[in-house]
Amino acid sequence: MKKKDLISITDYSKEDYLRILELAADFEENPNQRLLEGKVVASLFFEPSTRTRLSFETAINRLGGRIIGFSDAGSSSVSKGETLHDTTRMVSNYVDLIVMRHPLEGSARYAAEVADVPVINAGDGANQHPTQTLLDMYSILKTQGTLDNINIFIIGDLKYGRTVHSLLMALSEFENPIFNFIAPEELAMPEEYKLFLKDKGIRYFEHTEINENINHADIIYMTRVQKERFMDPIEYEKVKNVYILKNNMLKDTKPNMRILHPLPRINEIHTDVDKNEKAYYFTQARNGVFTRQAIIAHILNLK
Amino acid sequence: MSDSLKKKLKLKVSAINDGTVIDHIPSENLFKVISILGLEKVKSQITFGFNFESEKMGSKAIIKVSDVFFEDDEINKISLIARNAKLNIIRDYEVVEKRVVEVPDKVIGIVKCFNPKCITNNEEITTYFNVISKNPLDLKCKYCEKITHEHQMVIK
Repeated sequence: MKKKDLISITDYSKEDYLRILELAADFEENPNQRLLEGKVVASLFFEPSTRTRLSFETAINRLGGRIIGFSDAGSSSVSKGETLHDTTRMVSNYVDLIVMRHPLEGSARYAAEVADVPVINAGDGANQHPTQTLLDMYSILKTQGTLDNINIFIIGDLKYGRTVHSLLMALSEFENPIFNFIAPEELAMPEEYKLFLKDKGIRYFEHTEINENINHADIIYMTRVQKERFMDPIEYEKVKNVYILKNNMLKDTKPNMRILHPLPRINEIHTDVDKNEKAYYFTQARNGVFTRQAIIAHILNLK
Repeated sequence: MSDSLKKKLKLKVSAINDGTVIDHIPSENLFKVISILGLEKVKSQITFGFNFESEKMGSKAIIKVSDVFFEDDEINKISLIARNAKLNIIRDYEVVEKRVVEVPDKVIGIVKCFNPKCITNNEEITTYFNVISKNPLDLKCKYCEKITHEHQMVIK
């Protein structure tokens, strides 16, 4: 049987998404299911990512699996100059599943070709981070009861933000989404994604500031505007405070509206929002564990 | 001397008995074509010339390979750098078939991914692209998923 990997969100169909989300709900209800008993999972973090790694390792522990691996390339044979090919070949001999984060784009696809066991991409540079997308979808489903007819406002860095692009592709598989993009011109949604939406006949709107438009939102998806993306530091200074979500902006938003953020947050969501029941980002991170349990169960056919 | 006689004489100089003539190669890409087709390893007689005058191209190159006939897959590889190349298949000194090259649906090897952060530019990996547009040429890397546009293309 062909092994299942998860490298890019578009590798999976709508049916796969729904199956994983259904499993995630099951794990949320009953997180400790020892389905990975007797199995070993490699957690290969060639660059540090505390949140993603701990979330995966918690998921594996709750499934009763054992973990080998490293949390940054400095403490692995990579520091001796070993290629990704050789590290993957070797580890693939030891384990039942590989979870991998790597700074180079395309590294996960390549590792999946080299490995005999399934590979889950936990982020390959600025390219893909499909498990984040699935946990975002689970969070939308949980808070809205559906993935159809979602009016989503995506705010911040829409040019380089990989989570934003993957979420856009995934939500486009569902009925009648409406996308609203709020970003400075320098970080606007790239043409290829707008063309993708146009081709599918999906509505989208572009704005350059956060205003009362957000009162139509079911979901506000915040991302960080990163200083290092700007060629000209003055340009960054001009826009850095435009995209800060504050509690007083939320008073007329819909009751079902929830705020998501892939985290880490810097200052783009003011801490005064945290107390608002519409702030969902910490619960979203918690959902990551259930979603990753579900992804592992799906890939290894455990349920 | 009549024009047709002149033409015949000119052809005679390097005419081949059986084999393939690849015409209308941009002069500057002649050696890349030779390399892509692996002609340096061919044992039979090969003649090539470049900086020939061409009405359409200004300057062109020609390769004549004796006793070698290319499969479509093989010859289409050169379409990336010799878009208008034409093939004459020769049997017994006669042109028995004329073919043009076509951009394939997949490009394996040959082209470098333009993305410096792509794994293929950091480790010994054969590049692999899906052709998402043939004119202008857009190649989507199977690994990093970025698109290398025609003006960014570098032949490996």
